[in-house]
Amino acid sequence: MDNPPRVVIVGAGPAGLAAARHLVEGGIRPVVLEESARAGGQGTRRLVAHMSHHRNRIYGRAASGMAARETVEDAVLSQCDFRTGTLVWGSHAGRLELLGPDGYDSLPYTHLLIAVGATDRVLPLPGWTLPGVFTLGGAQVALKRHASFIGDRIVFAGSSPLMYLAAAQYLRLGHPDLTILDTTPLSRKIRSFPAMMRHAPKTALQGISLMAELRRAGIKMAFGVALKAIEGGERVNTIEYATRGGQIVRTPVGAVALGYGLRPELQLAELAGATLRYDKRHRQWFAQVDAMGQATDGLWIAGDGSRIGGAEAADAAGFLAAESMLTTLGHPAADPLKIRHSRRRLKRQQCFQDAMTGAFQWPAASAPNIPDETLVCRCERICAGEIRHAITTSLGPVEINRVKAVTRCGMGRCQGRFCGPALGELVAIATGEAPGYLRAQAPIRPVPLLATDSEHT
Amino acid sequence: MTHTADNCDVLIIGCGLFGAFTGLFLAKRGVRVTVLERGWVGAQASGTNFGNLRLHGRSANQYPLSLRAQDLWERYGDLTGEGCEIERTGHLYFAVTDEGRDTLHRDAQTATGFGVVSELLEGDALRQRFPFLSSHISLAAFSPRSAVANPRLATAPVARAIQRAGSHVIEQCEVSSARAIPGGFEVQTTSGRIFSAPKLVNAAGAWSGRVAKQFGEPVPMFSAGPPQFVTEPLPFRLHPSVHMVEGDVIVRQIRRGNVIFSGYPRTHSLPSGNFTHVPPSKTLRGMSALLRCIPMLAHGEIIRVWSGVEGYLPDMLPVIGPSTTIPSLFHAFGGSGGGFQIAPAVGEGLAELIASDMLPSMLSGYGIGRFIDSTNVSVKIEREFDCPAIQ
Amino acid sequence: MTHGLFAQIEPDTRASVQFTFDGTPVNGFVGDTVLAALLRSGTYIGQSEFDGTPRAGFCLMGSCQDCTLWDSDGRRLRACMVDIQSDMDLRSTPYRDTSDHG
Repeated sequence: MDNPPRVVIVGAGPAGLAAARHLVEGGIRPVVLEESARAGGQGTRRLVAHMSHHRNRIYGRAASGMAARETVEDAVLSQCDFRTGTLVWGSHAGRLELLGPDGYDSLPYTHLLIAVGATDRVLPLPGWTLPGVFTLGGAQVALKRHASFIGDRIVFAGSSPLMYLAAAQYLRLGHPDLTILDTTPLSRKIRSFPAMMRHAPKTALQGISLMAELRRAGIKMAFGVALKAIEGGERVNTIEYATRGGQIVRTPVGAVALGYGLRPELQLAELAGATLRYDKRHRQWFAQVDAMGQATDGLWIAGDGSRIGGAEAADAAGFLAAESMLTTLGHPAADPLKIRHSRRRLKRQQCFQDAMTGAFQWPAASAPNIPDETLVCRCERICAGEIRHAITTSLGPVEINRVKAVTRCGMGRCQGRFCGPALGELVAIATGEAPGYLRAQAPIRPVPLLATDSEHT
Repeated sequence: MTHTADNCDVLIIGCGLFGAFTGLFLAKRGVRVTVLERGWVGAQASGTNFGNLRLHGRSANQYPLSLRAQDLWERYGDLTGEGCEIERTGHLYFAVTDEGRDTLHRDAQTATGFGVVSELLEGDALRQRFPFLSSHISLAAFSPRSAVANPRLATAPVARAIQRAGSHVIEQCEVSSARAIPGGFEVQTTSGRIFSAPKLVNAAGAWSGRVAKQFGEPVPMFSAGPPQFVTEPLPFRLHPSVHMVEGDVIVRQIRRGNVIFSGYPRTHSLPSGNFTHVPPSKTLRGMSALLRCIPMLAHGEIIRVWSGVEGYLPDMLPVIGPSTTIPSLFHAFGGSGGGFQIAPAVGEGLAELIASDMLPSMLSGYGIGRFIDSTNVSVKIEREFDCPAIQ
Repeated sequence: MTHGLFAQIEPDTRASVQFTFDGTPVNGFVGDTVLAALLRSGTYIGQSEFDGTPRAGFCLMGSCQDCTLWDSDGRRLRACMVDIQSDMDLRSTPYRDTSDHG
């Protein structure tokens, strides 16, 4: 080879770390870029020092494995060019654009693995911008990073397995007042359960055991509810919902954790040249990759940042991507049994996630019920009614990126991450087609005009 | 197989601002118009440009057209019944070099000759009036009547006004071929629809070259777009639109607080002709250039970038006027980075030409025939584009 | 404000750190994120620049930008991503309002 290979991993979560490990074992020293201050990812986030004594409570049975894994990960990262606090804000023409502690930098690559994970997928309801309403993922990060409960009286609202996991973590840490309002009816969960069991019995049973743990503790759980509104002033104080039977209930709250599963962070993958594909079951966009995670020449994508699969799938996908990268670098193939095993593991978890879309439903059907005056875009403060008006005006926009251009929904600091799914549904109502995708552009996060003072000349 | 061809007097290919305003002024004259848009109304160069309605700093022969256009922009609400965030912010040119100072003095004189105020400011007066400018900037010219508009919102109201006047605008209607037939033109779309009309307007923006070529009038047009970015909302301090006369900084702030930047060199569109990247290196370069002129923005953060697919001619002037080969065919395209401001007057003038067969004097000098014998290449081609701009 | 939005998991034994927010001293503990320290003592950390309604963060992991604050030099930061320091002087609106900008 004329030029030395430059192997780069973006994201030090479960997928990136599994890949790094396999690459290091193959004699490669990859660059590993991580936006936050530490490795570990989100769902599998490492606890800040002053929370470490709670590890067993937060992670339950997974805790013992985690300590061992973190030790291995640290050993692997010491063999990598590991850069924390480094944001990859763009990818163009075989280079990554970085913003790190020393300012802007540009990094060429020959082999790139993007493993940047996912963020919460939310559907707006009245009051969702009030102080005290957070994402479900945020509710978990509050424990692990912010060493705090998000409030004194918490409702987990939406539909996601994370509601049960987060509630259990709060419960184990002694939180006294937790409620779960799941918008998916229990009957749909029961109907989806056999398929979930078939593909990943261990994961499915973990879910059941979480629910049992919560029930034993007397946690209120309601299924098939319709979330109506969150109310409050300088802080949230009430959530209103309709029960499955249609009865309106108003519950006092100190905080709400809202979410409907996850959405992959696809921006960087798209900029690096990946093709995106719409997944009908998940009703969202994933990256198009082959069985080993390769998207195109020189580009691999693994973990939740490719398609939602969870930490175990990310671990398997990271290994497979690294194996594929090593193969293209001319390294001998790994043990075929191990490859087969990883592929099976990945496939099983993905099939499990597919089955779970029935048990925890994305409420596309309730998008028409979002009141006109409800904010859809938090950053730019754009209401559902403004979006509907634009779409239904003659010669108005009917393609999601055009709707963004005309209404400003999705143009703000979060760059459409939190309004995008809802915007897609509002447009889909008008077109009758699948929800579209907000195109990515660099910077994928806000970046300052002046990175460091030393740059100022 | 038979098709029902829409029956109209004038068929317009392209619903950018040139096509839309032409259609509107024709429709207001009672002419039956059909505008065919391959994508979405105003989504390309008309919708992605910087949005400057700049009056001063123009070449002398463009002032009549530009002034007429400003009159029409100022009546945009009456013309369309809607708004597009037009604001008379004023426009500030500044110079950092001696050459730039000379340009500003010369331009101010030209502007004054056409009754356009271009007020020269320097020293304390400049500093007091526009304190955001870096101290190394020695001279500036302020045009109070210059304005800005939101390009993303500018075209659709014009297109809707066409509809209200009884004519048609059809989106997602890409023309695959156009030919002259006895008594007019026949246009076929990619979906197999056929339209015919006695007169045809080629206003297909960066795609107009293909149409012109089908009628034996190839033009040396190329597609490119400037790197542009916008910051998060910041306190509203930058009231006028600001433009470095020597080069690569064009910036304004909207009332919501976002600072919008456009710079050079422009990037060539992809070979497909459908997209123009913003290379991150140009974003970084633009950030530094901007900070050298307006240091107070140092800690502002960029949240979006974009470019556009814009048609450029080597002399950096648009093509407007009748075909030289086919009677009843008209062209209006190739804004060359300056099409937005003049668009309403281009449409009005072209409508007059089409309806009365008289070319308004303000549209002279833009004919497609100017490329037949030789091509005049603007100095801007080398300065404002990635090289080589023209192969 | 009587009590903040965030609740403590347990009585804290960490050393306390004091920093400044919108001109007012705020107490937190060593290792706290700015957001945690602010939301344990208050219910919001700023307002939307468009409608003035209060904001207190949403994703808590650096993605939504809802917890945007500025330091005394005018640099933007995400309160959920930064640990508190005793010399911090943070504000909920961008840069210091200097008199030379009219």
